[in-house]
Amino acid sequence: MATQTHGAEVVDAAHGAAEAGMPQLDFATFPNQIFWLLVTLVVIYFVLSKIALPRISAVLAERSGTIMNDIAAAEELKLKAKEAEEAYNAALAEAKAQAQQIANETRAAIQADLDAATAKADAEISAKAAESAKAIDEIRAGAMDSVKEVAKETAKELVAALGTTADARSVTAAVTARMKG
Amino acid sequence: MATEAHGSESSLVFHPMDQFKVTPLFGDGPVHWYTITNVTLWMAIAVVGVILLLVVGSRGRAVVPSKGQSIAELTYGFVYKMLEEVTGKDAVKYFPYVMTLFIFIVFSNMLGLLPLSFTTTSHIAVTGVLAVLVFLFVTVLGFVKNGSKFLALFWVSSAPMAVRPLLAVIELISYFVRPVSHSIRLAGNMMAGHAVIKVFAGFAAIAAISPVSILAITAMYGLEILVAFIQAYVFTILTCVYLKDALHPVH
Repeated sequence: MATQTHGAEVVDAAHGAAEAGMPQLDFATFPNQIFWLLVTLVVIYFVLSKIALPRISAVLAERSGTIMNDIAAAEELKLKAKEAEEAYNAALAEAKAQAQQIANETRAAIQADLDAATAKADAEISAKAAESAKAIDEIRAGAMDSVKEVAKETAKELVAALGTTADARSVTAAVTARMKG
Repeated sequence: MATEAHGSESSLVFHPMDQFKVTPLFGDGPVHWYTITNVTLWMAIAVVGVILLLVVGSRGRAVVPSKGQSIAELTYGFVYKMLEEVTGKDAVKYFPYVMTLFIFIVFSNMLGLLPLSFTTTSHIAVTGVLAVLVFLFVTVLGFVKNGSKFLALFWVSSAPMAVRPLLAVIELISYFVRPVSHSIRLAGNMMAGHAVIKVFAGFAAIAAISPVSILAITAMYGLEILVAFIQAYVFTILTCVYLKDALHPVH
């Protein structure tokens, strides 16, 4: 009890000093400030350690994980894109080669067809020409015979008109000789 | 009241320290340890601010953060990096303690800059308790982690044998002075800035000086915002340094 009253006196004295100067040195308010400070610190500590800090650290970890995953995915996609481009280029080259081949084959086939048709036409033409030549020869031979006949007849008639008779054999021989000449 | 009645010249009344008075919030009785005072009010506001920033701000848990969540994450990252770089990887388990100190001091300092507010960190009782808590925590941790090897902190093995006892005494004194400088630095910075602003404000009563006074207050206010943050940073980084001494007491 005695010490308590003594303490109160000291506090009163300090209080008086503080009135004149610094409220910071008013020891009467120290228990109050310290008590509420400790309450505040405990509350903040529990709010931070139970709610705020785990939550923020989880968010940060999740974000760094997401970023890592995204970078890995981007890397993978880039690789895939490269592969796709290579595949595309290969396909393009193959298609070009195939087109070239098809064009060549087609050209060769057409050429062969053309050659065959030409040969066939040539053969037909030569056959027709031979046939025609034969026909012409026949006609020519026929015509020669007719001319000979007409000439004989004409000669016979001419001879008859001149008033003489000639035997057929000599006329024919004469005509033949003339025609040859 | 009496002084004000004397006219314009004597109306210059300076009460730069009145803003630091601890008064009961309700009634006008004595300040008991449990009395709800302006200290209680502004500490409660600081707690609400901390909850708004770190709990409500991060409630979205978004991978792409909102503005509030960004600030919460920046604050987290700032203190976490500080602890990791100054104290080391093995100290991250004390992160909640360090974060509590930093966030309480930075909020109290900043809230103290609001007009008509009360700056809890301008009181040596508050900063003293904070510093003593750090001092006790670090000292106990040092002995628990390292046993008697913790005393190697005071034995400068790189110095010549002859001067080592002398250095040990100096180191021991500087170790025990730590909480004093730690707490007075913060409280002093806070108190001085606020008192200077109040003195400038007092000069504004003279019409001719008032523009200069307002300019000076504006400049001081800007400086005080800087100081409010820097002092919180300094207090925290010193805590980290002391923690490092406790965990790795090699001199």
